[in-house]
Amino acid sequence: MRRAAAAGVALVALFAVRPGGDCAGAQDAPAQSRPVVVASKPFGESYLLSEMFAQLLEARGMRVVRRRGLGATEIAFRALREGSIDVYPEYTGTGLIAILGAQPMNDQAAVFDTVSRVFGARWGVRWLAPLGFENTYAMAVRRGTSDSLGLRTLSDLARVAPTLRAGFTPDFIGRADGLPGLAKAYGLALRDVHSLLPAIKYQALASGQVDVIDGYSTDGLIARYDLVVLQDDHHFFPPYQAAALVGRSLASEVPAAIGALGELSGRLTESRMRALNRRVEVDGGDIGAVARDALRDLGLVGQPAATASGSEVRRGAPSLGTYLWERRATIASLTARHLLLVTLSLLAAIVAGVPLALALERTPAGAEAVIRGVGVLQTIPGIALLAFMIPVLGIGVTPALVALFLYSLYPIVRNTYTGVRDADAGAVDAARALGMTNVQLLRDVRLPLAAPVIMAGIRTAAVIDVGTATLAAFIGAGGLGDPIVAGLALSDTKMILSGAIPAALLALVVDGAIAVVERAVAPGGVRASSR
Amino acid sequence: MSIEIAPGECVALIGESGSGKTTLLRSFNRMVEPTSGRVLVDGEDTRALDAITLRRRIGYVPQDGGLMPHWRIRRNVSLVPRLRAMPDADALADAALRLAGLDPARFATRWPRELSGGQRQRASIARALAARPAIVLMDEPFGALDAITRSELRQSFRALRRELAVTTVIVTHDLHEAIELADRIAVLRAGRIEQFTDPARLVASPGTEYVATLLARAGVTS
Repeated sequence: MRRAAAAGVALVALFAVRPGGDCAGAQDAPAQSRPVVVASKPFGESYLLSEMFAQLLEARGMRVVRRRGLGATEIAFRALREGSIDVYPEYTGTGLIAILGAQPMNDQAAVFDTVSRVFGARWGVRWLAPLGFENTYAMAVRRGTSDSLGLRTLSDLARVAPTLRAGFTPDFIGRADGLPGLAKAYGLALRDVHSLLPAIKYQALASGQVDVIDGYSTDGLIARYDLVVLQDDHHFFPPYQAAALVGRSLASEVPAAIGALGELSGRLTESRMRALNRRVEVDGGDIGAVARDALRDLGLVGQPAATASGSEVRRGAPSLGTYLWERRATIASLTARHLLLVTLSLLAAIVAGVPLALALERTPAGAEAVIRGVGVLQTIPGIALLAFMIPVLGIGVTPALVALFLYSLYPIVRNTYTGVRDADAGAVDAARALGMTNVQLLRDVRLPLAAPVIMAGIRTAAVIDVGTATLAAFIGAGGLGDPIVAGLALSDTKMILSGAIPAALLALVVDGAIAVVERAVAPGGVRASSR
Repeated sequence: MSIEIAPGECVALIGESGSGKTTLLRSFNRMVEPTSGRVLVDGEDTRALDAITLRRRIGYVPQDGGLMPHWRIRRNVSLVPRLRAMPDADALADAALRLAGLDPARFATRWPRELSGGQRQRASIARALAARPAIVLMDEPFGALDAITRSELRQSFRALRRELAVTTVIVTHDLHEAIELADRIAVLRAGRIEQFTDPARLVASPGTEYVATLLARAGVTS
């Protein structure tokens, strides 16, 4: 009896815990004099430009919230359109083809005119005057490949394509101005196409795992690995002029921001940008420091007050241990945010999932179908699920919580359903035959007997959650995914590990903690017999 | 079929699997609702009674004991007194344990899994009797036990019945058990009663060919 009561109390306690202070929501709410939300997509140049925007706005007296590394074009643009962010660096060609789905065109001015007009009319989204450089797709091969096969142009590539393996970013593989269009324009039929993250594609090419990759013309790594960029002789790729893409409400709500961002228009040449990217991607320079130096060189900000620490942080210098130790405060706060995301979504999944499973158990006819439906949610890729939710929930903590909630639901519903349904049939029948009501049966017999199975489901959900929560970084919800996404974008292994290692440890800790609860909740007679 | 059981009587329902003996047993406490026909308890139609109330007034012993694995023995045995909000549920449980041949001092605080199969079945019988019901239903109560334990339990059961004049219906497929324990035996076949009489008469004059075959096959008659 005592055991059963304890089990009941523990379950009730789990249900009763309410989200505490909504520390996450505070920064989502618009303040009186509201900050400008500056975002980036998850690759080095976008981080750097976004940081330059942010520092420039701060230098002009505005408050800034940074939302770096948002998913990819789809997520960043949706967030802008829905007003969750105010500005991020985008490329005109991407706007024309990936966002508008228009036909490629080659004239720079015509592309800019088109996107300016259509974005403004359709969404009230504004392209500021271009920053001054183009960053087009650069199909790159090793110098050895180029020499031995005589590859200079994309037409040359098409000729030998059936013998080559490609490593392309998922973005490029999917976009109309990426592989599908390129294949059509050049009759390109590659032997294999591997989907590679930006962070590893250069290494994969350099080490001979693949033969051709999609780079960006301003990438610092093209020079570092001595790669040959194939000429776009059919002029397939449209011009990709970089510019600040500004959301609808910024001009009216923070008019000064438009003027400040405009100061960068036309100021960044391709060679300057390549040098800046190189400092970040090759030399491991700190984004904040590189952005500050760039703004200073352009005469846009004065000398900093006294920032001895602002100088370059060399990536090769500190050991991993030192690096992690130096960042301990950041890691701790990211871990706290991560744990918050996991805890809240898990509690919500328990509160919703257990009663759902119990209701399903009463109606066995449709139960399997519903549970499978919940299972299908699990098969939706995280990024896609997050992208779907932006129109409804914007970016930040809320959609991340909803996504994590949906991912945690299945193990909890499945285990609760199975656990209650399969609880000791003889005992349940006897209890019913001796006059227990359905409610008593559920509360005093079936749930306590199912408790270990239910807890196992919660434990599974929690561990999955800790891993999946790293995706939250793509929609600006923070957590340990932040350094992982940024590290991947900047080819910074230590940065990746500063998110990945705590995430792995957190998974172990959460697993262990729930195991303790599991033991406490398991009914006495059952628990003892399972040893 | 029609079957009438007198107060304090022990009736065995015997027959092959699928003959309907368990269904008949479970219709007495409305675990099975009859599609047609009536079940009267003390002259009252059970359909007019609340099923939960009815079940709490009738003891039940399933084949596998059906003890709650997460409750200690005393908690298990005191189930019905608790459901009926009787005072001194634990005392009633201990008395029932003693009746069933288990010393409460030794067994009351044990987990079901710490008991042998025979002890568990005794606890299950104690649970059925704890609230002092007028009727007890037993579904193959000794079927899962080894031969020695089974014979011990039968003897205890007969002793118990000498103390408690509780109306008992036992489902069994063991003719020897039925003859040993029951005042009357109902032989069921495919949902019908072949013969319903006392053991001596059943053995002496089987009513049908089927009953005669059954007796011969069990080695009761030659």
